[in-house]
Amino acid sequence: MNAAALSGASGRRRRPVDAEPARLRRSRRPYSRSRPRRSPLLTAVTGLGLVYTLVPLAWLVINATKSQQGLFDSFGLWFADDVVLVDNIRDTLGYDDGIFLRWLLNTLLYVVLGAGGATALAVLGGYGLAMFDFPGRRAVLAVVLGAVAVPGTALAVPTFLMFSRIGLTNTPWAVIVPSLVSPFGLYLMWIFAGDAVPTELLEAARVDGVGEVRTFLRISLPLLAPGIVTVLLFTTVATWNNYFLPLIMLKNPDWYPLTLGLDAWNDQARTAGGEAVFNLVITASLLTILPLIAAFLLLQRFWQSGLAAGSVKE
Amino acid sequence: MASDARRRGNWYRRRRLLVGWGFVSPFLAVFALVFLAPIAYALYLSLFRDRLVGGNSFVGLDNYRQAMADPHFWSALGRVSLFLAVQVPVMLALALLAALALDSGRLHGAGFFRIAIFLPYAVPAVVATLMWGFMYGSRFGLVGNLDDALGISLPDPLSPELVLASIGNIVTWEFVGYNMLIIYSALRVVPASLYEAAELDGAGPVRVVTAIKLPAVRGALVVATVFSVIGSFQLFNEPAILQSLAPNAITTYFTPNTYAYSLSFSGRQHNYSAAVAIVMGLVTIVIAYLVQLRGLRTEGSR
Repeated sequence: MNAAALSGASGRRRRPVDAEPARLRRSRRPYSRSRPRRSPLLTAVTGLGLVYTLVPLAWLVINATKSQQGLFDSFGLWFADDVVLVDNIRDTLGYDDGIFLRWLLNTLLYVVLGAGGATALAVLGGYGLAMFDFPGRRAVLAVVLGAVAVPGTALAVPTFLMFSRIGLTNTPWAVIVPSLVSPFGLYLMWIFAGDAVPTELLEAARVDGVGEVRTFLRISLPLLAPGIVTVLLFTTVATWNNYFLPLIMLKNPDWYPLTLGLDAWNDQARTAGGEAVFNLVITASLLTILPLIAAFLLLQRFWQSGLAAGSVKE
Repeated sequence: MASDARRRGNWYRRRRLLVGWGFVSPFLAVFALVFLAPIAYALYLSLFRDRLVGGNSFVGLDNYRQAMADPHFWSALGRVSLFLAVQVPVMLALALLAALALDSGRLHGAGFFRIAIFLPYAVPAVVATLMWGFMYGSRFGLVGNLDDALGISLPDPLSPELVLASIGNIVTWEFVGYNMLIIYSALRVVPASLYEAAELDGAGPVRVVTAIKLPAVRGALVVATVFSVIGSFQLFNEPAILQSLAPNAITTYFTPNTYAYSLSFSGRQHNYSAAVAIVMGLVTIVIAYLVQLRGLRTEGSR
């Protein structure tokens, strides 16, 4: 029954979820019998694009190995005479009583509660919209999708004023609560659930008298896994990289996330009496981006197929 | 007996209705708190004005009238419109070319290209801006290096004339890979039978691109354009962060959002700031809607 239901679902709709069959299908194209030959020219031209994207990152890695003096004395895309990466990392972690670690922990807190919560709400909501044809469903979709077009930053000032009325500003909640809503995540999960969970399966569970919550947890949740990873990854990026929201909500540097902290260190150079710490700004920038880049590289399979599911339909 | 079954059917439908709302309501509750309430509050704020003498009073549409006559607002709007008109087409054209190259099957190491071009998306705007800002700089940046090495003096990317283009470059760098992936995903689901038919008809690679691939990515391009329109009108992070490296080139009213921000937090003109934010929200929605409409109409006329 299971297999029948699944194939029924894939007959009903394309299932972009499984990247594997797509790849197989592709290599079976007769088009590929006369398989296009690899073109060194095209590779070289596209390679220019690659240089464009990678040079700044290479610059960051190289310059994280320089002392402040070395930054001024050496060529930007090559190493200085003394490579002091380890010293820089130690100084970054130790500067100002280890405030960098505090910022890292804050960022983790905002990501775990904000992005984690946003993913949970998006999964529940997307599943509910895809699987239950209740009255008001269309209205919900229209309102949420319409809200995507409202500039998030335009909402920030009124949100700040509202939060300051109820005393939430300058607390972690001011950053976490607005991060909990991801209209894009809801949209992605709605599309994804419609494709990945066959309604026949839910009907069968209902006939067997299994409760809806139990069905969701035991049957649907595993099917939704690639979509969940995708939404989690993208909400994590949004929260980890968030700058504007914490900028307006937080005054106390003890609650800063990494992004605000970096900006504050950079600003030091032009404040009167402030100490210029460009080498620490650069090293801290490198440390800030490493976890996300690692996550994207390690979870490639999941998010690429999940993203494909969301983008093929509008 | 029959009425019994019907009653059970009703009960069943009601229960499923409750279950459906049960799944959606946690999202909706937070959505109402952080989306709908601020919009309503901003509308409310924009109709009042806080005066030193007389306190808070209802002024109707005065704040909107003030915005329409405010040269700073128009200057900011003009700047992001120019940005939109130049940066978005350039970025999307690059993304489209990269996606077509990836999909052509003619690249060596296509998998590596795909992930490497996408990587900047994972870099926070703060880091991207600082990194490029340092490289633009003449002190220890690449521009300074080139000046020293070649004994020339390149135009300063952080000068008032060039800073918008420099910001455009940063934004392009951040998002070209993301847009490439959206377009590429649309290319991946083109049915193989179309390519087979094209081959039977003896269509060359250029014809395959124009007759099959470009129509296939139109929807994805519309989505990418809509998101880029929203992003352009919201431009804030890059100019705000670059401001510390180019203080003379970036004014407080550089973009509508930096203007709304500085009105609110430096000028304490919350009401006027709310009106500016709402006008920008409306402009964004209208333009995004027009893009969508145009994208769909061209699709329909085929």
